[in-house]
Amino acid sequence: MASLFSDSYSSGYRLLVAVTLCALLMWLDHRTSWMEQPRWLASFTTAPAHYIANIPPSLGGWVTDQAQTMGDLKSENDRLNRQLLILQQKTQRLAVLEAENVRLRELLNSSARVSGRVTVAEIVAIEPDPNRHELLLNRGTLEDVQAGQAVLDARGLIGQVISTGPLTSRVLLITDATHALSVQVNRNGVRSILAGTGHPDRLQLLYVPDTADLQQGDLLVSTGLGGRYPAGYPVAEVTAISRDPGQAFLTVQARPVANIDRASHVLLVETDEPVSVEVPDGDG
Amino acid sequence: MAMDNRASGTPVIIMTLYVAAILEVMPLPGPVEFMRPEFLTLVLVYWVIALPHRIGVAWGLAAGLFQDVLTGSLLGQHALALSVLAYLAQLSHKRMRVFPPIQQSLVLFLMAGVTVTVSYIVQDAAGRAHVPPWLMLSSALTSALLWRPVFNSLRWLRRRFLVR
Repeated sequence: MASLFSDSYSSGYRLLVAVTLCALLMWLDHRTSWMEQPRWLASFTTAPAHYIANIPPSLGGWVTDQAQTMGDLKSENDRLNRQLLILQQKTQRLAVLEAENVRLRELLNSSARVSGRVTVAEIVAIEPDPNRHELLLNRGTLEDVQAGQAVLDARGLIGQVISTGPLTSRVLLITDATHALSVQVNRNGVRSILAGTGHPDRLQLLYVPDTADLQQGDLLVSTGLGGRYPAGYPVAEVTAISRDPGQAFLTVQARPVANIDRASHVLLVETDEPVSVEVPDGDG
Repeated sequence: MAMDNRASGTPVIIMTLYVAAILEVMPLPGPVEFMRPEFLTLVLVYWVIALPHRIGVAWGLAAGLFQDVLTGSLLGQHALALSVLAYLAQLSHKRMRVFPPIQQSLVLFLMAGVTVTVSYIVQDAAGRAHVPPWLMLSSALTSALLWRPVFNSLRWLRRRFLVR
């Protein structure tokens, strides 16, 4: 069959079949959730590839660890001890504040928020496509990670889990251009929507009225509205506000407070129950 | 013909494609990210022009689907790009075999450009593209530069393991 001088192996009809199949798959994947199960199964074969791809960078980290001198380690240890002391002192106050918070909430007759269970996960891969800001974590459905969980680092919110495999899960970062969440200014409670721009350290507040009380340096915290993210976690810091009389809204830029491009470990928060919104009856 | 023409060495082909897929997701420092060569394109083109009677559109489709699951992109994005690529490589395999190295690299630049562009168009249609397209094309340039080393090492592999 495969003679050296045969005519051509070009197969236009095979391409046609392939293109049709791809179009069908794209439509199914984009519009329906039917492809989630096949994807979950297929990620058994892709997970090893991610782990192997992550070996060289982690090897580099190991070599750096090994090459540290005794003095470096000692000074780092001292620094961490000091930090621990400061943090412990802060936690002492936190316990009192939390109790006070619960009492005040009881007075206000609103339910106390229970902070969700937290698990630590390691970042095994960063999405290579610069158009999408996504991460891959080393925990999947076998360790009870679910789509929709919030992901934090030590400083603030990073993103949310969007799809899970048995061994890995994929996180959409808050800086992705398709991502947005509800936030409020920590100083005065002004609410707004914080959207990603596709730029790794730039976020944008949408539809901020011209008269809104916003300042440079304001901390934006999550509101918990929408039920995806737990409330009260720091998300971003306002970096620039520009008023253009020709525009209906302010242009407000912010920078994520989390070390999104430097973190190697993240926290997965289990939101216990979705926030239920009570619709007041009658014509209130 | 006197030669034994039974297909052999399929595991070698699959292994090279798997390694190429791993290289596609290997972490790279930020600015270099745009210049990541299209490893799957390189490896697929090599196997198509070496074994056009075996490796074609179906292999491109399968490799592309694997890459789609691996990178979590829209299912069919890379599959479409690599199917088209395999078709083009199959059409031009005879010319590619006799081209001098520089010209081969030039054709490969165009082929990698096609892969990147098709993939970009799909991504744009799904509303996920916002990096300027010419920036994405810089990876086609690095792919072309990497073609000769990849070609030589894959040819060595093919001869070493008698892939037919």
